[in-house]
Amino acid sequence: MKLRDLTELAARNLREAVLRNSLTTLGIAVGVASLVAMLSLGVGLQELASTRLSRSGLFDAVFVTTQANMRAFGGPPRASADRVSSQPARKLDEEARRQLAEIKNVVEVYPEVRFPTEVQFEGKPYMTTVAGIPASARGDGAFDEMKGAFFSGPEANEAILQIEFARDLSKQTDSLIGKDLVLRYAEKQALPPDDSASGQSKANRSAANDSAISNTMISDVPAPGGFSLVPRELPLRIIGVVETEPATGFGGFGRGRLLIPLQIAQNLRIAQPTDMREMLRGNTGKPTYETLTVRVSSPKAVQGVEDTIKGMGFGTFSILDATKNMMLFFTVFDSLLLIFGSLALTVASLGIVNTLVMAILERRREIGILKALGAADRDVRRLFFVEAGAMGLLGGVLGVAMGWLIGRALTIGTNAYLKRQELPAIDISSIHWWMVALAIGVSFFVSLAAGMYPASRAARLNPVEALRYE
Amino acid sequence: MTGSSNGFAVRTEGVSRQYAMGDALVHAVDGVSIAVRAGEFVALLGSSGSGKSTLLNLLAGLDRPTSGAIYAHEQNLAGMTSEELAHHRSHTVGMVFQAFNLLPRMTLEENVELPLRLAEVDRAERSGRVREAVERVSLAARLTHRPSELSGGEQQRAALARALVNRPTILLADEPTGNLDSVTGDTIMELLQEINRNLQMTIVMVTHDKVRAARYAHRIITMRDGKLVPEGASDEIA
Repeated sequence: MKLRDLTELAARNLREAVLRNSLTTLGIAVGVASLVAMLSLGVGLQELASTRLSRSGLFDAVFVTTQANMRAFGGPPRASADRVSSQPARKLDEEARRQLAEIKNVVEVYPEVRFPTEVQFEGKPYMTTVAGIPASARGDGAFDEMKGAFFSGPEANEAILQIEFARDLSKQTDSLIGKDLVLRYAEKQALPPDDSASGQSKANRSAANDSAISNTMISDVPAPGGFSLVPRELPLRIIGVVETEPATGFGGFGRGRLLIPLQIAQNLRIAQPTDMREMLRGNTGKPTYETLTVRVSSPKAVQGVEDTIKGMGFGTFSILDATKNMMLFFTVFDSLLLIFGSLALTVASLGIVNTLVMAILERRREIGILKALGAADRDVRRLFFVEAGAMGLLGGVLGVAMGWLIGRALTIGTNAYLKRQELPAIDISSIHWWMVALAIGVSFFVSLAAGMYPASRAARLNPVEALRYE
Repeated sequence: MTGSSNGFAVRTEGVSRQYAMGDALVHAVDGVSIAVRAGEFVALLGSSGSGKSTLLNLLAGLDRPTSGAIYAHEQNLAGMTSEELAHHRSHTVGMVFQAFNLLPRMTLEENVELPLRLAEVDRAERSGRVREAVERVSLAARLTHRPSELSGGEQQRAALARALVNRPTILLADEPTGNLDSVTGDTIMELLQEINRNLQMTIVMVTHDKVRAARYAHRIITMRDGKLVPEGASDEIA
C-alpha cells in the first residue's frame, strides 16, 4: 500500500477512536512537555549564568600581578598557581605594562584602582568602595541596561552608582541621576628624604615627586623618605545607575559600588594598603603597580595571552578555570533534567502500546478483512506504525507548545517573585530550534518504537481466525 | 477472464488441512482433489463442519494446507510466501462472505475502493473502476451510503462490487445468501450467474442450499467430514 493511502487509512482509524487516541496523544504531549521544560530550564539557566558572567567583563580579561603578590594574597586558584612560571619574579612597573600591551590579541592594559572611602551625599556620610572604570568597559555588556549614561570622557568628574549603593542613598534610585556627591579621600604626598636614612640619590627623590609618572601609579611607591596623607574632596555628578556589577580587577570582581573614570581614579593618588609595605622594604623610587588588568580581544585568546604573561615572569588569574567547572556542572545538571524528562516520555510510550494493543483487539475482524482483500502482513504492520507515528508527531508538536508554556509560566512566576524582592527580571527558560526538532524527533521515534510490538502482533494475525472474530 | 494452459482456473491435489484442538487432531479437509475449469461456476455443497469453507479459504490463500497442493492458474499456493499469497488475494481472487464484511465506518464507495488501495492502483484510475463495479451490481446511486444505511441485499451487492473491482479471475463466495431472505438471495444468485456468464469469471461458491446450487451452478462438489462425496452419493446431503 502506498504511503498516502496508509496515511489516509491511519487518520481514519485515529478519528474513529478519537477520545482514546486523543488521551494517548495528550500523554505523549505531557511527556514531551516535561522533557522540553526541563531542557529549556537547564539551557536557560546556563545561558543566564553565561550572560551574567560575560557582562561582568571577566571572560576577556587576564589579571596580572607579581608572583610575590599572588602568594601574599593567599594565592590564586590552584590551577593558575600551578601554571606560575619558573622564571624569576618581576616587578609590575611601567616597562612591564608596556610589554604587556604589546602582546598579540591584547587590547588594553590598565591598573586596578579600587579603594574604600567616604562619600558625602546631601549632607550625610556614606562608606563605600570606589572603582576606576576604563573607557573600554562601556562595550563589555555590563552597562547595556544601565539607567542614565556612561562617562562623557576619560577625565570627566562623573560617577556611576551600583544599584545597591544607589539604594543606600535613595529609595528612588532614578532620581539620583543629575545630583552631586562629594568623594572624600586620602591623597599621598611624598616627604623630603630623611637625612638619617641611608643615602638616597636626588634622582630617587625627584622620581617620587614626579607627578607625571606617579599620578598613574596605584602603588605609587614613595621615596625612601616616606609620605604623608592629605585629606581631599572631589565633587562628582551622578550620571548613571548600573545593576550588573562590572569587573574591576583581580580578586575583587564587581566590588566597586561607586564607579568613576579610571583616569580620574589614577589622578587621585590614593594611599593604598601596600604603600606601607613598599616603603618599609625600602624599594627604589621606581613606581610599581599592584595589579594590572589585561583586556583581550576575545575569550578564546585568553589562554594564549595568559601563558605568554606567565612566561614573562608574572602571576596571572582568569575566570577560564572557573568557567570550565561551571560548564561541567551544567552538563551534569542538563543530563539529570533530561533523564527526569525522559521518564515521563517513557510512561507515555507505554500508553501508545496500550492504545494500539486495544486497537488490535477491537479491529481484529477489520484486519482479517484487509488481509482477505489483499493486504500483506507488511501493509498491516505499516498501518499500525503510521498510527503510532502520527500520535507521536502530534504529541511532540503539542508537547513542545506545552513545554514552552511551562517555561514561560516558570519565568513569569520567578520574575513575579524577583520583582517583590526588588531584583531585576530574568529569563530562566530558553527554547532553541534544535530543542524543538529534538523533542519532536524523539517523540516520533519513541512512538514508532512503542508501536513496534502492536504492529508486529497485528501483522501476524491469522486472517481466517480474524474473520471469525465477532 | 483468463484461464490457464490446461484450462483449469483452480485445482487441488490431495490437499489436507488439520487443526490441533487440545489433544485431538481435527481433519478439516482430508486429501481433497478437485479441478475447476476457467469460467466454470461450481458449488461446494455440504453441511456445517464438512470442510467446505476451509477448502475455500485454502483456495483463497487465506490459509495454508497441511499437505497437498493448490494451484491457481498453475501457481502452487502451498509454496508461496505470505507476500505472494497477499498478491494472489489481491489480484487473482475476489471474495464474498456470508456476513458481507464491509467496513462499517466507510461509505460504499470507500469500501469498494479499498482493494484498489491495497493493490496500489493509480488514484486517477480508481474512481472509474469503482463506478464500473458498482454499476455492475446496480448500486451507483448508493455510493455515499454507509453499510448501516444499506439493506442486506445491497450490502451483499456492495461486497460483490468490492470483490470484482480488482478484476480477479476467480470469485470465491462463502455462503453469499446465508444472511438473506429467499427473494434477495435469488437476486444475488442471479447476479453471480450473470457475472459468470458475462465476464466468464470462474466462481466457486460454498453453500448448504442444494436447491440453489442445482439451479445456478454448473457443477456441484459435495463434501462430508473433510472429504469429497462421490457423485451419485451426494443426494444424501440435506
